[in-house]
Amino acid sequence: MRTLIFRTIAPFLSSLMILFSVFVLLRGHNQPGGGFIGGLIAASALAIYGIAFGVSPVRRAIRFHPMALSGFGLLLAAIAGMLSIFSGVPFLTGLWVTPTFFGVPIALSTPMLFDIGVYFVVFGSITSTALALEERERD
Amino acid sequence: MAGQTQINVDLAEAMVTTAPPLADWLVVAPLVIGFVFGALCLMMRKDTGRQPAIAITGLALMLAADIGLFWHVWQNGTVAMTMGRWLPPFGITFAADMLGATFALVAGIVGLAGGVYALEDVNQTGRRYGFYPFLLLMMAGVTAAFLTGDIFNLYVWFEVLLIGSFGLLVLGSEREQLDGATKYALLNLVATTLFLLAVAYLYGTLGTLNMADIARKVAERRDAGPLFTIAAMFLFAFAMKAAAFPVNFWLPASYHTPRIVVSGLFAGLLTKVGIYALLRIFLMLFEVERDLLAGTIAVVAAATMVLGAMGALAQNDIRRMLGYLVISGIGMMLAGLALGSRTGLSGAVFYAAHSMVVMTALYFLAGIMGERMRGFSLREAGGLYSQAPWLAGVGLVLFLAVSGLPPFSGLWPKAFLVKASLDVGAWWLALAILVTGLLTTIAVGRTFAFAFWRERQVPDDETPAPASSKAVVGSLLGLTFLTIAVGFYPEPFVQVTDRIAGELLSPQAYVDSVFPTGAIESEVQP
Repeated sequence: MRTLIFRTIAPFLSSLMILFSVFVLLRGHNQPGGGFIGGLIAASALAIYGIAFGVSPVRRAIRFHPMALSGFGLLLAAIAGMLSIFSGVPFLTGLWVTPTFFGVPIALSTPMLFDIGVYFVVFGSITSTALALEERERD
Repeated sequence: MAGQTQINVDLAEAMVTTAPPLADWLVVAPLVIGFVFGALCLMMRKDTGRQPAIAITGLALMLAADIGLFWHVWQNGTVAMTMGRWLPPFGITFAADMLGATFALVAGIVGLAGGVYALEDVNQTGRRYGFYPFLLLMMAGVTAAFLTGDIFNLYVWFEVLLIGSFGLLVLGSEREQLDGATKYALLNLVATTLFLLAVAYLYGTLGTLNMADIARKVAERRDAGPLFTIAAMFLFAFAMKAAAFPVNFWLPASYHTPRIVVSGLFAGLLTKVGIYALLRIFLMLFEVERDLLAGTIAVVAAATMVLGAMGALAQNDIRRMLGYLVISGIGMMLAGLALGSRTGLSGAVFYAAHSMVVMTALYFLAGIMGERMRGFSLREAGGLYSQAPWLAGVGLVLFLAVSGLPPFSGLWPKAFLVKASLDVGAWWLALAILVTGLLTTIAVGRTFAFAFWRERQVPDDETPAPASSKAVVGSLLGLTFLTIAVGFYPEPFVQVTDRIAGELLSPQAYVDSVFPTGAIESEVQP
């Protein structure tokens, strides 16, 4: 798929999709969205980039191995559950803090941390699969 | 969530309002440790040098948490924690009674031994394929399956441990492994799907998934739905998982293909999860159905043990023979479930714990034997005694233990099971247990005679036998020592299993620990 049009548009498309995936992830608590779908969108962004430029530029661009990102997500999710031990509530209880930045209250919570973990797990594992499949095609 | 308007709601109606004691966190500790260290290993996948250290630390911490949990439950009775502060049955409950805590503890021991054995057995390639992350995730899944108090959650942990086991099974992606893994995966997926269907029917009938809640409701709603059918579905699904006759064929087809440490862990842990689920579901949830199905289970048990032992006799590959011995042991545990008396259950649980340790140790032994004989075939086996007398000693202990001969750990549970069978007049079941013991003795005796006593069959190629590393020998000796200790001093272990059997027969304590006040009556579904 090394057409000029695709290769020109792919970087913009990918970066937009990554941005959108973060948006979807963050609004996911109360509206449609969340870590799973966000991770899928981000993985598709990398898949598109990979189709346009080959797999190695993608691997260079994300710096870490996709599986390592997956592991990071799992770790985040586990930590999100464990945080409740400090508040004296059972495992995986949602905890909220609402600090105010420049007059804007921002709700941060352990469910959000958990969701970010899900995002990374899905992102990492799907990217890993997608890149492996794209690599085979080039052989 | 963070709505600005404060509505006065009595949170105590829906949520846990008292802080759980710190010790109760031990219920979730093993699985959290498994996940955290599994994640760390996954993040350091390329760093094959440091991975083992992380994984062993994780497994050791898991074992420590298991020991702590066991002690806590032994002292204070069943421990329960419901996730996310929601009151049961709405939150997912983790509940450890003696049965779950004991199984988790033994699994922790076996897992740590496997991790240590793998230091030598799993090479750089295996580590890069992700042996340690898979191992930790599988251990987390196994332990969580023993500790969860929610039947759908049990299904989830089955999936987690299955995915971990798939990864371990295909480690290295050799042709034979993929062949074994396909059979294993397919059959296990069928069983898991059946399990899921049964869970769905159960939910449709009772409107709850919390096991303690089911146990409360099932008695008064026995006429509400096809509970017998659901129970039969559970029996079929878990019998398949546990590799009971006639759905045992997947086990010999796959267990000899992966690396020996993986075979050992599978043999020790995975089938026992099926047994655990059968014990939990049939004694706590479906007592009446268990009584109705007892005859069937007994026949299945007898067939499984005898045919397993006969299969073991017919094999020429040591690993395949061990696979059949795993099946034969499953028959013993099912016999205890079929009998359902206190002695029988005590024997079944004891046998399960014994089998976890001994089967894993036997595979480890087979690994060392295979390394020295350069192959697992009994036809070419021989000369091991002159090579390594200590190995012959260890082999003798384990072979006697697996056949249930004194003075090692296999004797006591078998004695219980025979006694329990004779108590209810099931002489044929007792006979099956004894015949199985005889057949197993012949099978392992044949192995011992061929591999250790016989002269070397293949001409020596003059290269010295590879010396087994400390890790491999250490983990084998550790497990063997456990077998000897249990065999010679069974008193405390019998106490534990007897208490487990008592708890299984009167599940009220379990229900009370999940529903402490007993007052929260969720409305009955139409």
